[in-house]
Amino acid sequence: MSVYVRRAWMVVWKDVLAERRSKESLNALVFFSLLLLFVFQFALGPERARVEAALPGLLWLGFILSGLLAFGRAFLIERENDCWEGLVLTPGDKSAIYLGKLAGNVLVMIVVEVVLLVLFAVFFAIDFTPFLLGLAAVLALGTLGLASVGTLFGAVTAQMRARELLFPVLLLPAVVPVLLASVSATQTVLAGEPLAEAAAWLKLLAAADLVYLVVGVLTFEFVLEG
Amino acid sequence: MVQAEHLRKTYGRTAVLDDVSLDLGAGEGLTLLGPNGTGKTTLLRIVATLLRPTSGLLRVAGADAVKEPEAVRGAIDMVGHGSWVYEDLTALENLRFWAVMGGHDAGEARLRAALEEVELDASADQRARTFSAGMKRRLALARVLLGRARLLLLDEPFTGLDRAGRKWLGEFLLSFKARGGALVVATHSFDAGVGVADRVAILAGGRIVLDRPAADLGLEDLRRVYDELAMGPGTAS
Repeated sequence: MSVYVRRAWMVVWKDVLAERRSKESLNALVFFSLLLLFVFQFALGPERARVEAALPGLLWLGFILSGLLAFGRAFLIERENDCWEGLVLTPGDKSAIYLGKLAGNVLVMIVVEVVLLVLFAVFFAIDFTPFLLGLAAVLALGTLGLASVGTLFGAVTAQMRARELLFPVLLLPAVVPVLLASVSATQTVLAGEPLAEAAAWLKLLAAADLVYLVVGVLTFEFVLEG
Repeated sequence: MVQAEHLRKTYGRTAVLDDVSLDLGAGEGLTLLGPNGTGKTTLLRIVATLLRPTSGLLRVAGADAVKEPEAVRGAIDMVGHGSWVYEDLTALENLRFWAVMGGHDAGEARLRAALEEVELDASADQRARTFSAGMKRRLALARVLLGRARLLLLDEPFTGLDRAGRKWLGEFLLSFKARGGALVVATHSFDAGVGVADRVAILAGGRIVLDRPAADLGLEDLRRVYDELAMGPGTAS
């Protein structure tokens, strides 16, 4: 394993281990998801047609709101005991740290997305099983896009005093293309149409992911150095 | 090891450091004394490449610290106010993380040997959250042992340590120096700080107002000079 990959892996290992033991983020996110579902159900009522029409948007609203909590917290662990300084002084390519943090955020988002899908299935009596494959493809691309930008802006705002305010202000406009493409592709999948029907949206998602990922890798060192 | 010429650091119109020059050789220990807010931490952070000076020249381990920070970072280590300890990881896991990130040997035998050297081997598998400040300081020093640092920068390393802890840390720093490492220690603790120093410098108002061999000054002399230079005339006790 190259030194670069080992460093990225070490960041994921450290974050997952710390989260598994503290459960700070996951507990909050699961509770938040539950709360969100109560609100959605109260707002939409029992009418099935309304739920089905709003479902793609609601799903991604849940994901992005959970993401706002998760990504914003990802770098707070580095502020404790000045670990951030240690990362700055680490020799070598700092983008390994970005990729490690990104992988950790994607893992957290996958857990949250699974929880949210299960809650949607239970609360609204929706059977996702016929759409799982297509949904997984859209979720994978959409999550990578959200997490790429979220990880970068999480690092940008981690050292700021008004980070809770600035983080969503920076993140939400930047992820508009990902959200639009994800919601549209999810709509196609949940309508039972073949994934090829959403090819244009999926291509846009893939392109956005690539751009965000490259920008994150190239700029992270400057962000870390402040 | 460190050559600083006319370093200046300003934030807006406020000069935190002004015309600071230093020359520190390999195996040499420098203790920086000074009241709060005189720029000790800023100077350490500039030498560590965590901050850029506004003007002046700085070479650390033969490299230009402003133009080639990566070259400097391979030769230094730092124990600052924070100890770079992740609270939810054990001592061993913390060391493994920093060993891999620093590109050092992260084998378990090596990590346990470093913990043994700082007398933390019995707590290797305990989470750092349960550690005292002194234990976290030792864990940070175990991290230093894993690397190949030729210059160690320490910011208030004696704060929060009991007598035994101070004595242990003093001996640790002397052994680091004996292996050829250079030290810069910023501290308020006169006796412990001077005990590991070959030279003592006093910072006041962002300037070095005294830089002398430690052997030239007794502890009482130093206190008197410190009071006069750093606290203002008429404050000597």
